[in-house]
Amino acid sequence: MTQVSMTVNGKAVSGDVEGRTLLSEFLREGQRLTGTHVGCDTSQCGACVVHVNGEAVKSCTALALDLDGAEVTTIEGMANADGSLSVIQQAFQDHHGLQCGFCTPGMVMSAAALLKDNPTPTEAEVRDYLEGNICRCTGYHNIVKAIMAASGQDVSQIAAE
Amino acid sequence: MYNFEFSKPSTIADAVTALGQEEAQALGGGQTLLPTMKQRLAQMSTLVSLNGIAEMKGVCTNDAGEICIGGATTHATVAKETADSYPGLAGLASRIGDPAVRNRGTIGGSLANNDPSACYPAAALGSGATIVTNAREIAADEYFQGMFATALDDGEIITEVRFPVPEASNYQKFVQPASRFALVGVFVAKFADGVRVAVTGAGSDGVFRWTEAEEALSSDFSKGAVEGLSVPSQDMISDLHGSAEYRAHLVKVMTGRAVAAAS
Ligand SMILES: Cc1cc2nc3c(=O)[nH]c(=O)nc-3n(C[C@H](O)[C@H](O)[C@H](O)COP(=O)(O)OP(=O)(O)OC[C@H]3O[C@@H](n4cnc5c(N)ncnc54)[C@H](O)[C@@H]3O)c2cc1C
Ligand code: FES
Ligand code: FES
Repeated sequence: MTQVSMTVNGKAVSGDVEGRTLLSEFLREGQRLTGTHVGCDTSQCGACVVHVNGEAVKSCTALALDLDGAEVTTIEGMANADGSLSVIQQAFQDHHGLQCGFCTPGMVMSAAALLKDNPTPTEAEVRDYLEGNICRCTGYHNIVKAIMAASGQDVSQIAAE
Repeated sequence: MYNFEFSKPSTIADAVTALGQEEAQALGGGQTLLPTMKQRLAQMSTLVSLNGIAEMKGVCTNDAGEICIGGATTHATVAKETADSYPGLAGLASRIGDPAVRNRGTIGGSLANNDPSACYPAAALGSGATIVTNAREIAADEYFQGMFATALDDGEIITEVRFPVPEASNYQKFVQPASRFALVGVFVAKFADGVRVAVTGAGSDGVFRWTEAEEALSSDFSKGAVEGLSVPSQDMISDLHGSAEYRAHLVKVMTGRAVAAAS
């Protein structure tokens, strides 16, 4: 076992891990931050997306030890300081951007990474950015709509309700 | 996944030493290797991460006008940094997998792996790039040696890839939607002394140059120049995603599109 230290959601944390410990395992089992979901564990579905040094990363496909010293943000770090939902999270609720909710942590983290680089994306850009985030329930329309709404754009003309 | 000792050297020299140990293997972005290890299809005693080596990261231009990309540079960084200097390459990098894959996966890892459906091999072969390792420089024409096979020796690290910049270029990828790799991908590069056409996803020996199209396009760089050509289907991959004939057809269609879109 080797010690690894990171800043997770603004807090310095550390723990003893094996070489093979994945970031997703360190977060879920080591830190009990179970908001990060593991859907496929094969780098396909994006449920496990977190931010590492500000960039979207699949936490099931990164080793904890390789990220020693990194700044990590998970879904638990997305709410506002007073505990209310962030703009993106609130938009997912307002526009029914989730059904079972399993994919939602990854969707919200990907959406946040997109809007950071591209504050007013087109619908095509949103869909393209979500290439690696799979949802079994919604059919995506309301996820796309929620993200467009979170970017402050008019979504009254977008496909489904 | 089997366990291993993890090491993260900060210089190429230290990485080469670490990889000299028995059963040591390099880790790039891990976007191919970690899934392989989870399936227990790869096993090593020491995993040597190349992600802490500053001299292997980043993009610059050398005195010869070539674009030099550190072996541990991510696809996302290449997409961003070469957008003006080599748009054909930036376009290819920006369509690999998805954003999270591009934020971790590296050019060195992609070329070392030489997946028959990967994108970077087409750019390297199509540009006539030079693969620079800790030991030597390898021309792309010598580097690719069949499916998942390269000229690299055990423990040899890709430290840099040098791309000559063509006058015009483009990559057209027909996406295999389940894997997000190329069902067929074609990279076309027009240089002052001729055109190079590299095809990925299609050949049963991995990436290859379509020389017949190169000759036709070198005298007439237009979509029409390839319309009369045909690609033999006997050397094509055939699987549930597409027959050999379908892939052979796509090679021609994608080449035409790449020529039409080249800038
Ligand atoms: C969902 C998904 C979609 C993808 N879609 C595409 C796609 O559309 N097109 C495409 O081209 N690729 C695609 N990929 C693969 C991706 O580009 C990988 O990043 C790449 O193939 C491997 O690079 P890596 O840095 O992750 O290498 P790793 O997975 O870390 O390593 C791969 C191999 O290369 C070796 N290696 C790593 N770095 C070096 C080096 N510098 N020198 C020598 N050996 C090295 C390792 O030992 C290992 O054998 C996809 C992957 C996923 C998960
Ligand atoms: S759990 Fe990581 S991509 Fe599916
Ligand atoms: S809401 Fe169920 S998987 Fe997306």
